[in-house]
Amino acid sequence: MESEAMTTVQSGSGATGRLTFEKGSRPFPDTEAVGSSIVGAGKVAAGEMLADLHRSESDLRRFLHGLPGVDQVGADARAASLATRSIKTSAKLWALEMAVAMVDLTTLEGADTPGKVMSLCAKARRPDPGDPSVPPVAAVCIYPDLVPVAKRALAGSSVKVASVATAFPSGRASLEVKLADVRDAVKAGADEVDMVIDRGAFLSGRYGLVLEEVQAVKSACGEAHLKVILETGELVTYDNVRRAGYLAMLGGADFIKTSTGKVSPAATLPVALVMLEAVRDFAELTGALVGVKVAGGIRSAKDAIRYLVIVNETVGEAWLEPSLFRFGASSLLNDLLRQRSKQLRGSYAGSEDFSIE
Amino acid sequence: MSDERLAVRKTYKLYIGGAFPRSESGRSYVVVDSDGAFLANAAQGSRKDVRDAVVAARKAQPRWAGATAYNRGQVLYRVAEMLDSRRSQFAEAVASSEGTSQEEAAASVDAAVDRWVWYAGWSDKVAQVAGSSNPVAGPFFNFSVPEPTGVVGVVAPQASSLLGLVSVLAPVLLTGNTAVVIASETRPLPAVTLAEVLATSDLPGGVVNLITGRVAELAPVLAAHRDVDALDLAGAPASLLVELERAAVTNVKRVLRPGAAESDWTEAPTPRRMLAFLETKTVWHPIGL
Amino acid sequence: MTESYPTHKSEGAVGAGPVDQPRGIDDPPGRLVAADRPEQIFEYAPAPESRSIVHLRSSYGLFIDGAFVEPVDGNAYKTENPATEEVLAEIAAAGLEDVDRAVEAAGRAQKTVWGPMSGAERAKYLFRIARIMQERSRELAVLESLDNGKPIRESRDVDVPLAAAHFFYYAGWADKLDYAGFGPNPAPIGVAGQVIPWNFPLMMAAWKLAPALAAGNTCVLKPASTTPLSALLLAEIIQQADLPPGVVNVITGAGSLAGAALVAHPGIDKVAFTGSTEVGKDLQRALAGTGKHLTLELGGKAANIVFEDAPLDEAIEGIVNGIFFNQGEVCCAGSRLLVQESIADTVVERLKRRLATLRVGDPLDKNTDLGAINNAAQLDKIRELAAAGEAEGAVRWSPSCTLPDRGYWFAPTVFTNVSQAHRIAQEEIFGPVLSVLTFRTPEEAVAKANNTVYGLSAGVWTEKGSRILWMAGQLRAGVVWANSFNRFDPTSPFGGYRESGFGREGGRQGLGAYLDV
Repeated sequence: MESEAMTTVQSGSGATGRLTFEKGSRPFPDTEAVGSSIVGAGKVAAGEMLADLHRSESDLRRFLHGLPGVDQVGADARAASLATRSIKTSAKLWALEMAVAMVDLTTLEGADTPGKVMSLCAKARRPDPGDPSVPPVAAVCIYPDLVPVAKRALAGSSVKVASVATAFPSGRASLEVKLADVRDAVKAGADEVDMVIDRGAFLSGRYGLVLEEVQAVKSACGEAHLKVILETGELVTYDNVRRAGYLAMLGGADFIKTSTGKVSPAATLPVALVMLEAVRDFAELTGALVGVKVAGGIRSAKDAIRYLVIVNETVGEAWLEPSLFRFGASSLLNDLLRQRSKQLRGSYAGSEDFSIE
Repeated sequence: MSDERLAVRKTYKLYIGGAFPRSESGRSYVVVDSDGAFLANAAQGSRKDVRDAVVAARKAQPRWAGATAYNRGQVLYRVAEMLDSRRSQFAEAVASSEGTSQEEAAASVDAAVDRWVWYAGWSDKVAQVAGSSNPVAGPFFNFSVPEPTGVVGVVAPQASSLLGLVSVLAPVLLTGNTAVVIASETRPLPAVTLAEVLATSDLPGGVVNLITGRVAELAPVLAAHRDVDALDLAGAPASLLVELERAAVTNVKRVLRPGAAESDWTEAPTPRRMLAFLETKTVWHPIGL
Repeated sequence: MTESYPTHKSEGAVGAGPVDQPRGIDDPPGRLVAADRPEQIFEYAPAPESRSIVHLRSSYGLFIDGAFVEPVDGNAYKTENPATEEVLAEIAAAGLEDVDRAVEAAGRAQKTVWGPMSGAERAKYLFRIARIMQERSRELAVLESLDNGKPIRESRDVDVPLAAAHFFYYAGWADKLDYAGFGPNPAPIGVAGQVIPWNFPLMMAAWKLAPALAAGNTCVLKPASTTPLSALLLAEIIQQADLPPGVVNVITGAGSLAGAALVAHPGIDKVAFTGSTEVGKDLQRALAGTGKHLTLELGGKAANIVFEDAPLDEAIEGIVNGIFFNQGEVCCAGSRLLVQESIADTVVERLKRRLATLRVGDPLDKNTDLGAINNAAQLDKIRELAAAGEAEGAVRWSPSCTLPDRGYWFAPTVFTNVSQAHRIAQEEIFGPVLSVLTFRTPEEAVAKANNTVYGLSAGVWTEKGSRILWMAGQLRAGVVWANSFNRFDPTSPFGGYRESGFGREGGRQGLGAYLDV
């Protein structure tokens, strides 16, 4: 299995002015690298930057507060304007299937049982029992103690097991406890870990602490991918979202994620826009390609496609794949299937046409 | 042998940039009273004097507009106080220029002072009447504020030598504009006396500039001048109106035409003369986190 | 049908999303995507309701005294779709007699019907018009895009809603004029002659008619010759609202004939004009000494000022919106980008990157960002000035763009290395061309921004509130947009300083143009 191979960024702003990123490898256990990549080069740049900032809390603060601010009204307007894009029918089918392939099918309830998780995994492998051409989802997302169940249920499939950890959703526990949580998940076989940042630390300005925790968790992840949940609903301002996104990326995140889904508002189009802009800028700065996961409150295929449009117009086509963009959702899947069915058959599906789980 | 004391006659000069220069043309003209008797030699302003006056007015405008409204009001109130303390001098000037009785002249002066006071009180209120906060359909704080248009060229009323003058000048000043005034051609003396009062007041030099002379010669220069933002044609002779309005087009001046209701200036004014020289600036400011 | 749109979406079509290699044998295993990854992943769809909602007549008459009538001498001309050069309809060309008829009708209506009518009744008519505009909004939007060339997304989301909103807003003033700040019982002026431009045909008609009618005036409206259709549909709507005959009259035709005759007509008491500074001056000259009231809304060369602490991504959007909204054919367009030197390179780079996703194309396509230039004459002017820009040493750049063969098109263009002395920094281009200049300090930004004969609008981008207000106070412009651009509202007064005109449209202040105070 490869270590984190990063790609260099070829930003083409010359003749066409268009930003292009060379597609490269995203360390996925069973995919191969596509295109050229220079192993480690981007990582070195990120590492250097990190080293500079790591010297002091005040340097880190200066850096974060020196990032351009985000005007909320402007960001909301841009997101709303992108939401009016309408895509062609043939592209729509592709987009719906891609969205399915990007879903992290989620159950994160106190009442989760092995039975519930097994059911979820079956759905994840074969979203539409009546149509094998529907791709499986990207991953299931569950609590750490149910990882073994999911691993068994998903054996032999391409669907990953993502586990939340670090005292999800609040993150209010000691670092030792949070790391133990991560190790348990990884030991049980989780392919991906979805951690939460310490919002209390962030909002009281202890950026260094937030950064260190991300780094510690990344380390504890071993080979597993790290998604860092910012919990944008608690951060409130877009400026905070941008800064927290940078902290996560500097700390080694493979993905930055909007929300736990337990706090409202969760994912919104403008928040996704701001996070994608941060990811784009970070890639320019360091060469590292970080993914974005939007989670919480995304129920309709229409919404999902709007997110994909924003991805396309902010960071470009390179991010339109499960290794760089995910939807954390549960009911979204069936709406994607409904819309896909309509595209293929030309008529609307019934309410019981798809399995509830 | 006569016992009559020889008068030390006054020289009537221009008022430009806070100083009293003679006309650069060196010319003067005779001002007579209503009976045709000699009153004074007044400076006969030239196009170059007008040019200098505009320069002075433009130079003084940012600072005058940048003063607080309260400050402008205070300056103008004090001018009113000074006018009031010289009522008899002004009455004399008005009576001899216009041929009215002393009583009529005194009443005219009283009205002029009262009018000046009325306008002075507007300086810190006109923004509340002309401005607004606008409830736009979006997350914006949107407000409109009135701002002075800049340098106003004023052709003062020909007949009403003080009341009419004050009625056209005060609204220009309180709103933060500066003025280049062409005084009544045949009745300039109250205007020059007013200039003397202004020169000793707190009004900064250049805020008011006064040119005496031939209206037909001076007004077109003012009207065509591209650094004059607006034109008040209150005292322009009817025969000149078309020419002046056309000349004003060069830089799209705001032109205030003579009003029918203003023939004797005794009627109570409306905000019209202030609004004529105010621009509305509207600002949009997003409201967000 | 002749309206099939000529295809232009080639590989190089701008904004179609970066494409490069189609997926093939290099696809990694395990990618279980049933549908083939399309070449252009997000091929955006064309507008579903193409033109069928619009019922174009083959010819239109003048709208005088409540009816559509033929011009006395029967002259007509054709209006075309600037995106395709296809003829849309035949339009009446008003002659002197027609102008006479229209002004007479308006005068009669003002004296006998509209003037004596109570404000409350006038208000209800205006509410009706507003409501019908909302009901027929889709039709109006499609028609506007067909006749003008602007993207349907803009006519649908901006032009038509704002036009209706103006009628709603001023309807409510009709019976409250005592409280408008102009003294008790303010009287209308009489008959208004209103000449409007081709860049926002319906919206300009609304901006002129609504306040005039609310104040008790009657109107003779002269739409621009290349964009008469939405005004004629508005006339139909006015008929539907049962507005008394003669209150609104619409005379189409050439500006040089019908427009000139209208403003010169002795029966006109008030002239309102929106258009170029050059023509505005001609008008002001023609009206000298006539005693007619006049308001002018003329050209601009607005500075869009970006400070180093601007919210960068939103500022880029604001720059793009500022100059490419409505193809840059906007009097208040942010045609000069004044960027603080310390971030100039970053801003230009990001701007170019952003412009690569701008979609130029069929105005009826909902995904189009930049439509066609309205007419050949304007296209020539834009080309001439752009060439001048190159000749005087500025550096010209456009995103790669395939323009259709037919129609009037100009690629979005950015000039860098521009200085104050360049023509492209001083003259109004009225097209999708941005001139980029730099500044060092706020005072220098103000000095450069104000160094123009115009004074219509300006934009300021910074996160510092006190600086926003300082800049707003210093900028000689009738509208200042902070961290935004091209925002309009019927409650918000709009108009210029200096050679951008005088008088305001919108808000309480906008009534002043139509009251005899």
